[in-house]
Amino acid sequence: MTRESIDPGAVLARVGRPGDGAVAFFAGVVRNENEGRAVSGMEYEGYDEMAREELAAIVAEAAERAGGGRIAAVHRLGSLAVGEVSVAIAVSAPHRAEAFDAARYIIEQIKKRLPVWKREHYLDRDAEWLEGHLPVVEAERG
Amino acid sequence: MAVRADRDRPVDITVLLFAAHRELAGGRADTVVTLPERATVDVLLAELRARGGEWASLPSRAAVAVNRRYASGDTVLYEGDEVALIPPVAGG
Repeated sequence: MTRESIDPGAVLARVGRPGDGAVAFFAGVVRNENEGRAVSGMEYEGYDEMAREELAAIVAEAAERAGGGRIAAVHRLGSLAVGEVSVAIAVSAPHRAEAFDAARYIIEQIKKRLPVWKREHYLDRDAEWLEGHLPVVEAERG
Repeated sequence: MAVRADRDRPVDITVLLFAAHRELAGGRADTVVTLPERATVDVLLAELRARGGEWASLPSRAAVAVNRRYASGDTVLYEGDEVALIPPVAGG
């Protein structure tokens, strides 16, 4: 979790081992429109301490799926302009299937359970909290 | 096990609020709820909804985190727990 601008190159540089033949990278970027309204920017709020722990748990789960691949995942908080990176995920693994699978797993879990909210700002100066996903509480998740 | 009412001591729980939930509390970042001893997450949610007004719109199965982990409705709350009401999440 960071309030600084995300540098995709720096995230990519944190993965990769001599035995890894595949690197998958995903970036989430602030769009300039949503449901027909022109967007001027996005404000991300997070429950910082919990989000940090939950992101680490998601990455650990993904690492298990990727058979010990290397993973770097960063989520931005604060005010972002259109075009800025809100989330970046890099996974290296021996083969592409595990790398793609782990990167996909991380972004889907972020959307389901990371305690982060976004308020969209529109060009007409109005702002709204976006509808989100109700986290499903699984008793077995420790 | 029967619990004698005269031994019960109310517990003050500070509930952290985020995003749209802050609007329920007039912009405040937390709200204090007094609950009976050994109250659960479900009891907390019922208590908040019973405040009426905007609070009545809180879903009965809203997500709650206890000590920074999602907690099921039957989780018992203790004094000093870090309790947070988690609105539907929208990261990414």
